[in-house]
Amino acid sequence: MALKGNLRDFSVTQLLNLINLARKTGTLTLEGPDAIAWVSFREGKLIYAQIGNEDGSLTGILTKAGKISPKQAKVIRTHATEKSDKELGLLLINAGYLSQQDILASLREYILNIVYQLFTWVEGLFRFDADVLPPDESITIRLDLENIIMEGTRHLQEYEMLKEEIPNLEMGLTFVERPGANIRDVQLTVEEWKVVSYINPKNTIRQIAKANKMNELDIRRVVYGLLQAGLVEIIRPEGMPLPPQAQKLPPVDTKQQTSLVNKLIDRIRSL
Amino acid sequence: MQTVKMVVTGPFNSGKTAFIQSVSEIDVVSTERKISSEEERIKETTTVAMDFGRITVDDDLVLYLFGTPGQKRFDFMWEILSEGMLGFVVMVDSARPETFREARGILQTFRAYAPTPYVVAANKQDMDDAWEVDDLRIALKLDPKVKMLPCVAMDKETVKSVLLELLYSILEEMKEE
Repeated sequence: MALKGNLRDFSVTQLLNLINLARKTGTLTLEGPDAIAWVSFREGKLIYAQIGNEDGSLTGILTKAGKISPKQAKVIRTHATEKSDKELGLLLINAGYLSQQDILASLREYILNIVYQLFTWVEGLFRFDADVLPPDESITIRLDLENIIMEGTRHLQEYEMLKEEIPNLEMGLTFVERPGANIRDVQLTVEEWKVVSYINPKNTIRQIAKANKMNELDIRRVVYGLLQAGLVEIIRPEGMPLPPQAQKLPPVDTKQQTSLVNKLIDRIRSL
Repeated sequence: MQTVKMVVTGPFNSGKTAFIQSVSEIDVVSTERKISSEEERIKETTTVAMDFGRITVDDDLVLYLFGTPGQKRFDFMWEILSEGMLGFVVMVDSARPETFREARGILQTFRAYAPTPYVVAANKQDMDDAWEVDDLRIALKLDPKVKMLPCVAMDKETVKSVLLELLYSILEEMKEE
């Protein structure tokens, strides 16, 4: 019988710990609020992961890792449609385009990125199907879970801190109008530039993340850096209605209000 | 009789009760309880519902000052207290940098509840290890337009100046509208 339950009752950290200690083989399916993820294990070692509609093919992973260009990926997709990931990997190594190390490192990074994201999932369902493994033609790796659990927990702490700093991704960003705060003078990473290029009072942080195919942790990390550097500030996006409790009070007689405030000022001065 | 209200908020032990006490004409109606949590046991009691002070302006007008509970688990009270307020004061304990982030969070929460004018009071400026107002402004990432005022909650004059600055901000906003 499949091991199944709710992430509220049994966290991702606890699940990975169980799989590690029990040396389980099979696939863990996690259904979060926004996506589904599949993570496979062999004898308690992490071997494979896939999330939502992300391109998890070898071509997609190598493009994401910057090992091949989107143009090269297109050529591969056109000419090697019938090839499995394993065959394609061998082809690229034999042709001298990439080393085995390049391919494995890219896969490792891709899989770990997915698993670290999962640590932040607190809502959703899980199911572990014993002995269900990815198709034979997929390339798998073998990673110890202990270090992943440790690193994932650190990611979770970072995520919680960032969530506290940037609680709402429906807010927009704007450049700070401060003398000396010129974004052109700052050395930004490629990821940061991607975010910066979408900063506009009309775009929410979530929309910027979506446009750049970034997950919640990554977008929060970049936005936090930009906020800390004093380069941007969070604003309510244009056209976004105020929350019900934040609606302005009904219009009042300004003259009467001014007189009232002046009375308060006089009284406090006299205290 | 018309009543108006201003809210004094801020993290635990930032001096909200003392602030209201300094200017209230009545003894502050306080809902203080002995502190149960070990990590927050830096003072004997804390406000669990609200503090309540009064300043009578004339026969027709009374100003009420409401202090919010500082402990996070009572934050459900904040929304209730913020309803219909004229403006609010965010108290920051200038000598406890570990509370700055919380103060910023409270400030953002209150701004979301009601877009009314506010000022930030850099309290406990009389303490040796108090941060300077300019440094605090950077730590709290406050916009230069936001008024941040030095304050010693037990000193009536500084409390008066904080309240006056808030009232001036309210007046300025009325003029803009």
